[in-house]
Amino acid sequence: MKKLLIAAFAAGMVLPVTALAEIRAFAGATLITVAGPEIPDGVLVIEDGKIRTVGARNVVRIPDGAEVVELEAGSVIMPGIVDTHSHVGEVSGGDRSAPVQPEARALDSLNVRSSGITRALAGGITSVNVMPGSGLLISGQTIYLKLREGDQIMDLVYRFDDGSPAGGLKMANGTNPIGEPPYPGTRAKSAALVRSAYIKAIEYAEKIAGAESEEDRPPRDLAMEALGEVLSGKRMVHFHSHRHDDLLTAIRLRDEFGFRMVLHHTSEAWRVADQIAEAGVPVSLIMIDSPGGKLEALNLEARSAPVLEQAGARVAFHTDDWVSDSRYFLRMAAMGVRAGMSREAALVAMTQAGADMLDIGDRVGSLMPGKDADFVILSGDPLSVYTRVRETWVEGQKRFDLDDPADRLVAEGGFNALTDDDGAAHIHGLGPHRSHAGQGGSR
Amino acid sequence: MNMSKVMIIALTLSIAVSAGAQDLVIRAGTLHTGNGEAIADGVVVIEDGLIRAVGPATEVEIPQQMALIEVPVATPGLIDARSTVGLSGAMNQPHDQDQLEGSAAIQPELRAIDAYNPRERLVQWLREHGVTTLHTGHGPGEIVSGQTLIAKTAGETVDDAVMAPAFGISATLGEGATSHGRKSPGNRSKAVAMLREQLIKAREYAEKQANSEAGEGPSRDLALDALASVLAREMPMIVEVHRHNDIMTALRLAEEFGFDLVLAGAADAQLVMDEIRAAGVPVILHPTMVRAWGGSEMANFSFTTARTLIEAGIPVALQSGYESYVPKTRVVLFEAGLLLGYGVSQDQALEMITLAPARILGIDDRVGSLEPGKHGDLALFDGDPFEYTSHVIGTVIEGRRVSDAVR
Repeated sequence: MKKLLIAAFAAGMVLPVTALAEIRAFAGATLITVAGPEIPDGVLVIEDGKIRTVGARNVVRIPDGAEVVELEAGSVIMPGIVDTHSHVGEVSGGDRSAPVQPEARALDSLNVRSSGITRALAGGITSVNVMPGSGLLISGQTIYLKLREGDQIMDLVYRFDDGSPAGGLKMANGTNPIGEPPYPGTRAKSAALVRSAYIKAIEYAEKIAGAESEEDRPPRDLAMEALGEVLSGKRMVHFHSHRHDDLLTAIRLRDEFGFRMVLHHTSEAWRVADQIAEAGVPVSLIMIDSPGGKLEALNLEARSAPVLEQAGARVAFHTDDWVSDSRYFLRMAAMGVRAGMSREAALVAMTQAGADMLDIGDRVGSLMPGKDADFVILSGDPLSVYTRVRETWVEGQKRFDLDDPADRLVAEGGFNALTDDDGAAHIHGLGPHRSHAGQGGSR
Repeated sequence: MNMSKVMIIALTLSIAVSAGAQDLVIRAGTLHTGNGEAIADGVVVIEDGLIRAVGPATEVEIPQQMALIEVPVATPGLIDARSTVGLSGAMNQPHDQDQLEGSAAIQPELRAIDAYNPRERLVQWLREHGVTTLHTGHGPGEIVSGQTLIAKTAGETVDDAVMAPAFGISATLGEGATSHGRKSPGNRSKAVAMLREQLIKAREYAEKQANSEAGEGPSRDLALDALASVLAREMPMIVEVHRHNDIMTALRLAEEFGFDLVLAGAADAQLVMDEIRAAGVPVILHPTMVRAWGGSEMANFSFTTARTLIEAGIPVALQSGYESYVPKTRVVLFEAGLLLGYGVSQDQALEMITLAPARILGIDDRVGSLEPGKHGDLALFDGDPFEYTSHVIGTVIEGRRVSDAVR
């Protein structure tokens, strides 16, 4: 990739070069802004980690002194991908001691040096919702990460307005959380356990609200606090669900308790797309290459993507990383189009739709002035198998470069490419050859 | 192959088939024959299930009375070089999982034909994705798990479908063979010792049989019969193996016992490529989208392995492999498509799921490319076969349209 420093300095002028160097212009690529029509031969100008200008080359004035990166013909720049559901970073959540554990936080388990993070960047992912698995009804608090450089988890977290690390709450129904006691044995019991937990949380919140003094307050309860954040709307519920009736059960629970919710996976969404759209519930889909593998995915159909789109539901994609590797996230959108989704919706589903589902849509998800400079440089069209992710930028910093040998090793695989990358294997139980349904799988 | 020649061979074969049912003409805007450059506006004439003519529409006479299908793109029917589909089913419940018998570590007597379910919905799924030939059977997970078969993806009984009822013996080396509940084999050395013991026993058994008068040989032993077939090179040993040192073990065993080895999986193949090439062993590479994690046997897998092996001249095919969860099977078309971003050309990708597996499976006289005399097996597309945004729009097996699903 050619990098041309435009020496636009008038003779004799002394300018603060360091300040100027923070302005970069990427020129010559087709810009998929997601916020508007695609711009051929566009220019993306970034400054101080933010997007400054987006437009056609003949319209955008590149600031004097900006570092201009002239991209190869055919290149495409799109917004950084938002993965709404991933298990990178060796994440865990609740353990096998109980089916309802909202107190467990993904952030307390995450290894930010995991090559899983680099795998995500290699796939063009810049924001990711890292979740506990689906073996519990409520398996814990998820964590929204911005994949900026960092040595520890707090360097990467998104934050709520109050400064606390942002995330949602992972819930699940259907077969995964069912098991021997203390796990529920049936779907009805599953719903009853969840309802009981939320009713308790409502009472807990009321006691706190009604307390007239410190002594009057109930003792702190981490589980109740987390559910309280769901009930107050601060924390989004990310609900793993597959079968049509399970999807409607999740909506019924949402209606009863008034929480905000994203439905995840949704193998049978094509059967209840109108109800989902009418309920205004967004859906995060994973495109899977064959039906089955578990009973509730037998009627999985790729056309859930177009059927939801046509019903008017908001759709995003996710990797559920290890179920599908972050490095080929782009194929989700292509498979969505294959199933009948529009190109526009498929591109939105990789970016803005997912950002909105994580409540970060005002900061990321499209190429717009003022948004974070999170973007991906592709060798070609994002929906083509011939295309590679060449660079991934987060807040104006290059975080992945295919030309960097260490990055390339993780992107392509090879000897010792996947060190520090073993946690989710335990969540998914994908290792043993002889396992049957009912294992602690994620999907 | 010289495409300017009109490839018409008057077939003298007379095959008893229902008249007309297996006669079909396919005309494709782009015809990938699988053994040369693609033909623009190409025609394939299928008569009695066999290809009679292939060539440009300007040169091949299209018989007027035959049914004609016109499509944007056609390729040879796809071949899944290694799968368990048909023994493993979509439900993933104990009753539809026959790909692995856990009662003993070495059971070469288990026949795939006794478990293959040709009506399994995953077989249909693969058929709808252009797969016409399937090498399936007992899976990885025991030292010797059983036999494999080769079948067409159409046919309502195993007898209808099967091309080779007992193609090879499925074996596993490395953790895959040791990671189960029994005490033995508990590690690699023990697994190999157990396998060598059985192979030596089979050799002695075969020698006794050969040297005995009629009726005086050793009593029949189904397991030793099967291993003796391997030693006689009537069947290959298909060894699922990933780590470089385990690949070397497989090569060492093949040399010691002189059997035909097919490496399957082979995540570390790039690390011991010279040795594989020197041994003249083909590779049925793991699915491109195999799931690996640090410390797993597949941890060193690479999206570039296919390209590297092809460049080294090693015969390499792609497999859908075995999946324990979701998705319950992979689709070789999608596995091959992903390689196009990693230096594999369209022709090479197509070869990995057509002619290369046909050669490895010893069925390239019948399938794998569109040539006169071969089976009329095709996959039909509405665009670039490998783009995920294209669709398979039909599948033809021996001149019969066996799928018109749009996938």
